Amino acid sequence: MMMSLGVVDREFHVFRGLPDADGEHIGEVKSFTVPVQPGWVVLDALLYLQAHNAPDLAIRWNCKAAKCGSCAAEINGLPSLMCKTRLDHMPLDKPVLVRPMRTFPLIKDLVTDVSWNYEINKRITPFTPYNDDQSTWRYFQEDADRVQEFRKCIECFLCQNSCHVIRHHRKFNHFAGPRFLVRLASLEMHPLDVADRIPFIKEEAGIGLCNITKCCTERCPEDIRITDNAIIPLKERVVDRYYDPITMLLHKIGIK
Amino acid sequence: MLEAFLSKNLVTQGFGKTDRKDAWWWEQVFTVVALTVFGLYGVYRAFENGFYEVGPYLSPFYSPNLKALFPQAFDWFQLSPAFLILWAPLGFRGTCYFYRRTYYRAIFNDPPACAVDKPKQGLLRPLADYTGETLFPFILQNFHRYFLYVALVLVAFHWVHAFQSIFWDGQIGFGVGSLIVWLDTILLTLYVFSCHSLRHLIGGKLNTFTGGIFSRIAYFKWFNQTKLNQEHWLYAWVSLFTVGLCDLYIRLVANGTITDWNTWGLDWSGVGCLH
Repeated sequence: MMMSLGVVDREFHVFRGLPDADGEHIGEVKSFTVPVQPGWVVLDALLYLQAHNAPDLAIRWNCKAAKCGSCAAEINGLPSLMCKTRLDHMPLDKPVLVRPMRTFPLIKDLVTDVSWNYEINKRITPFTPYNDDQSTWRYFQEDADRVQEFRKCIECFLCQNSCHVIRHHRKFNHFAGPRFLVRLASLEMHPLDVADRIPFIKEEAGIGLCNITKCCTERCPEDIRITDNAIIPLKERVVDRYYDPITMLLHKIGIK
Repeated sequence: MLEAFLSKNLVTQGFGKTDRKDAWWWEQVFTVVALTVFGLYGVYRAFENGFYEVGPYLSPFYSPNLKALFPQAFDWFQLSPAFLILWAPLGFRGTCYFYRRTYYRAIFNDPPACAVDKPKQGLLRPLADYTGETLFPFILQNFHRYFLYVALVLVAFHWVHAFQSIFWDGQIGFGVGSLIVWLDTILLTLYVFSCHSLRHLIGGKLNTFTGGIFSRIAYFKWFNQTKLNQEHWLYAWVSLFTVGLCDLYIRLVANGTITDWNTWGLDWSGVGCLH
C-alpha cells in the first residue's frame, strides 16, 4: 500500500468520448494532473477534474458511499466503483486510468447505457407468495439468512460488465447475466415463493452459457458470493429438472 | 439497446489485451504448469503398471487394489488396473465447479482472466462460437454429481488403505509413508466432501429449512458443509499435490530410490514389485 501524508499531484488518464452510431466507444484517453488529498477515492479526483479542468466531463454518481451503484467504471482495467477505489491503494508513480464500462453502449465519457439490464429484470416472474394474506407469512431466520445475502446487491452492474459472456460475446439476447441470476436465486430459494422459474432460468436466462469463471464474484463490491451461492445452486436445480434421470423420475412422481 | 451493438458475437482486441496493470497472468501460468506436470506424471504412472504397492502402502492411483481383489480378472485384462480406476477421479475433478473455472480460464481462454481479452481462436473452436456449457462436450458437466457418487466410494477405499498403512504383520506402527497416506486421505476427503453438488444434494435444494425434523437435519448438514465448501478451491489444489506426492513417495520407496523410515524397523526399499 502506498501512503501519502499531504497533497500529491497525481496523473489521471481519463477516457473522453462519444458513441458512434452503433453505440461503440469512440474517443481518446486524455491526461490530467490532479492535486490529490489524503484519503481520496477515484471519484473525488474526477469531481475535482469536473470542477476545475473539464466541466463537460460526464460521470454518473449519487451516493459516494458504495451503496447506489451508479459510479461503476473500469479503473486501471478492473471493473470497480469509483467511490470505493482509494487512490492510496495504487502506486503513486503510475497514472490512474479510468474508462467507462466496456460491456455497455456509451452515452458520453464515463457514462454508459445500462438500460438493457432493466429490460431483463422485467422478464423475471416477481415474488409469488403461496397466499396473499401477509398475516399468515411465517419463516425462520435460517431461511432469511440464505436469501438475505442476495439483497445486498446495489445493481452497479459490475458483474454484468465483468462477465465474458456479455462483455466479449454480447449474448444480451440469450443470457440474463450474473446480476439477474442472483435475483432469480433470491426468488427461487425464498421459502414463501411458489413460482417455478427453472424453465426460464434454463432457456431464457441461459444459465448454461455461464462457465462459472467467477469474474462476477471477484468484482462484486458487495462481496456477494455470486457463483457459489446463486449460480451454482441454480445450475444444480436445472440439473435436477433436466439432466439427472433419478431426480427427473422423482420429480415426475411428485417427490422433490 | 442498439441492434448493431448487439450483433457482434466476439469483441476482442487480441489475446491478453487489457488495461489491467497487475500480474493477471500468473494464475494462468501456474495452472497450465501444474495441470500439465500432474497430467503427464499421471499418464506415465498409469501406463507404468508397477511400483504402486510397498509394505503396507498402496498408491492412490491404484486404489482400490483391483489386482488383489480380483486376481483372476487380470489373467485376461492385461492393461494397467489404473485405467479401471483413474477415469473416476479424473471425471470428478474434470467436472468439478472449481476446476472448470480454472481450466476454462487457463486452457480455453474463456476468458484468460477477468477483463482480459480472448484470442479469436480457441482450443477447440473459434471463440466467436461460444456456447458455454449448453452443447457437447461441456454439457456433460451437468453429470458432476454422478462422479461425486463414485468419488465417495473411492474415498471409503482410501480410508481403508489409510488404516492398512499403520498395520504390518499384525503390528500397529507407522512410517513416513503412513503420514503421507493419511495426509492424502484427509485432504481428498475434505475435497470430495466440500463439493458444490453435495452441498445441493444434502440440503441446498430445499427452499425452507424449517419444515420439520428432516428439514432441520438438512439445514445442519448444509450449514456445516457450506463452511467446507468455501474452501473447496484450496482442497482441490492441495489434494491434487498430495495425491501426486503420495504416489511419488510410494514409487520411490518401491523401486529402491529412497528408504521409508518406520517404527517397525523394516526396510522395504526396493521390494515393491513391478507387477
